[in-house]
Amino acid sequence: MRIPCPFCGSRDSREFVYRGDAAPARPAGDDADAMFDYLYLRDNPAGEFEELWYHAQGCRNWLRVRRDTCSHAISGASLARTGRAA
Amino acid sequence: MRYSILQLARQALQRHRGWQPAWRDAAPRDGYDIIIVGGGGHGLATACYLAKVHGISNVAVVERGWIGGGNAGRNTTIIRSNYGLAGNEPFYEWSMKLWEGLEQELNYNAMVSQRGVLNLYHSDAQRDAYARRGNAMRMHGVDAELLDAGAVRKMAPFLDFDNARFPIEGALLQARGGTARHDAVNWGYARAASALGVDIIQNCAVTGFVRDGSGAVTGVETTRGAIRAGKVGLAVAGMTSRVAALAGLRLPIESHVLQAFVSEGLKPLIPGVITFGAGHFYVSQSDKGGLVFGGDIDGYNSYAQRGNLPVVEDVCEGGMAIMPMIGRARMLRSWGGVMDMTMDGSPIIDRTPVPGLYLNAGWCYGGFKATPASGWCFAHLLATDTAHDTARAYRLDRFRSGHVIDEKGAGAQPNLH
Repeated sequence: MRIPCPFCGSRDSREFVYRGDAAPARPAGDDADAMFDYLYLRDNPAGEFEELWYHAQGCRNWLRVRRDTCSHAISGASLARTGRAA
Repeated sequence: MRYSILQLARQALQRHRGWQPAWRDAAPRDGYDIIIVGGGGHGLATACYLAKVHGISNVAVVERGWIGGGNAGRNTTIIRSNYGLAGNEPFYEWSMKLWEGLEQELNYNAMVSQRGVLNLYHSDAQRDAYARRGNAMRMHGVDAELLDAGAVRKMAPFLDFDNARFPIEGALLQARGGTARHDAVNWGYARAASALGVDIIQNCAVTGFVRDGSGAVTGVETTRGAIRAGKVGLAVAGMTSRVAALAGLRLPIESHVLQAFVSEGLKPLIPGVITFGAGHFYVSQSDKGGLVFGGDIDGYNSYAQRGNLPVVEDVCEGGMAIMPMIGRARMLRSWGGVMDMTMDGSPIIDRTPVPGLYLNAGWCYGGFKATPASGWCFAHLLATDTAHDTARAYRLDRFRSGHVIDEKGAGAQPNLH
């Protein structure tokens, strides 16, 4: 797989560290149910998927990558912090 | 038809024209007491033990494709019970005991071969960790032996003991571990279950669940019509999230791809199962001669039954690090299977919040060795509505309650288990 890093361009996936599903957002309070959901439960879709990759051996940005989990085809990536695409 | 040497002789005299199909390819009936979704090893074993142990034979196994066409036929066929945690070890040891009697019980040659599992260690710290694991195993009555380099050298002289980076200092040996023929395990369970009246229904994908007014599951919708059921059990590891979503469940599971590899056929070379302690690589030799090996999962969510090249390279580097000679062997095939990776790396055998729906899932990449006990314990759960003694820890609510079984201590990050 090659990941289109908005900062560095198209790079081998080996340069990246995988975090996983981009959807879960850490709950603000100390609600145990919300924390359980955030930490453990996943939609785990087959098909289009938004996920977080860290460009550890590149620009060290966190990226939000859109990838198809059935074909591994990557259709886009943006900086997780700012949402900036290429 | 019972398989025996006499039967073989009799059939030989009839020029092998009298053999019967090993199991019935059934068409769905209107309803069953219990429907098992998923015709892999775990589903077939569950159906077999439901009929055999609990006397419930009005059972159907519904399978989307053909039996054994998923992970049951994609694993690296290793059987072992060398776990460290109390929630795991009794279960896997029960599985090992069932393996030891499997062929006699099923009257089927599953080629169970207890040729030993060697986990190599490469540092003092790793030796201590394996000593601890071995002690934990022995406290559960399981065989484990800590070997020094000399003892390993006698068993596997071809290893690169004096590797500059990862010298081999010894190994933890489970002599009762080994391998089994994965396809034969499925066919054996299918044959035994079918003979006891279980319907095995192939090419029958579940597309939804039939629910009554209270929300309880009372059947499945399939591509071959609706089928009523008293209870429905899911044994669809790899696809669990998708099937469970049809009943509105969200689970602590991600699907990841694991690759496996086989070399060209070679003369007998590897005596048992050998695993690399410093990286992730495990290898055994099939009876046909091919080296069967694998390593880490690819590490990203995937439903594709194929992986990427970086992991191929990583696995081969692991192999070269402990046995450089395999660099001369050609890789014949590689393939991928979709794993149910749970958040703590351990499986789930439990009821679900949906009445009538039971879950057998989350086998990560260790499901094959668990096949007999998984079937045994899931059948126990379906028949009695109580957890089997050895599977009590495999609760679905353990993530909420904090009773996770994290054998590797990696935390809620499935791609690290």
